[in-house]
Amino acid sequence: MSSSTDHGHGSSRIYIWVWLWLVALTAVEIVLAFQALSVTVMLLLLISLSLVKAGLIISYFMHLKHETRGLKWSLIPPMVIVIVLMFGFFPDSLRILNLMP
Amino acid sequence: MSEGSVPLSKSLWGGGGSPYRIGSKKLGMWFFIVSDSITFATMLLVYSYLRVSTEAWPTPFHLWPSIANATLMTIVLLGSSLTMVLAVNAAKQGKRSHVVRWVACTMLGGIIFDILHIKEWLEMIHEGVTLFHNPWGTSLFGASFFSLTGLHMTHVTVGVIYLGVIAVGTARGKFTSEDVEVSGLYWHFVDLVWMFIFPLVYLMSANLN
Repeated sequence: MSSSTDHGHGSSRIYIWVWLWLVALTAVEIVLAFQALSVTVMLLLLISLSLVKAGLIISYFMHLKHETRGLKWSLIPPMVIVIVLMFGFFPDSLRILNLMP
Repeated sequence: MSEGSVPLSKSLWGGGGSPYRIGSKKLGMWFFIVSDSITFATMLLVYSYLRVSTEAWPTPFHLWPSIANATLMTIVLLGSSLTMVLAVNAAKQGKRSHVVRWVACTMLGGIIFDILHIKEWLEMIHEGVTLFHNPWGTSLFGASFFSLTGLHMTHVTVGVIYLGVIAVGTARGKFTSEDVEVSGLYWHFVDLVWMFIFPLVYLMSANLN
């Protein structure tokens, strides 16, 4: 990967490596799905692996790694904050379960 | 660097510069992606919320054929992302015929994904899973499953049409490499969303038996 701010012309090798990593992480996820783990552990592991995959896609395939710092800061934190705020509803779903007769 | 970029003025605050150093089309697509990712995050949260608050959520996805089919769909979509990257690379080098070839490969990936997905939907509908009924009693399962995967399938279908327009336009020399890059951003985003739907909807509902 060229470290310059130029968009790294023509080196498709890095993309093939990233792609192989994405396939490997998917394989790990499928193996995990059939292990006898508690739902919480399984959810944490699967979501973490998916976040790594999302990071790889955004940085390399969508080229955000080579964009200006200003663009990264304008796009990612607002999105993450909005999504994290929605988790505030979650305790309610457990409450509904406890209310059931 | 894309054509849409404007050289920086001496001070960013002086105006007339391009602080993000990308074209307006690309910036527009990024803003769309951020808003669309929040839409999908909401759908996934609704699905998870319903699942947590329901006592016996169905786990109908067996290794064969459901998980195997969904895995194949994942690999096809990931493969189409790789061909899209190669299309963008070719566009930057000005190799127009290569762009058309790689974009066509990406479209083929999208079409195969859609066919596999629709086949799965039809099998589930045949088993009696519809928007409001299913054999396992939790009617919300069908509603949340079909709306979430349906929204994603719509995105893939729209993406295939979008890429078709890009391929024809590139072949005629109407579009620049930035246009190809912007369509690539959209396609990778659709792939990215599936990286969350696959574990949350399929793997978390995998039947261990």
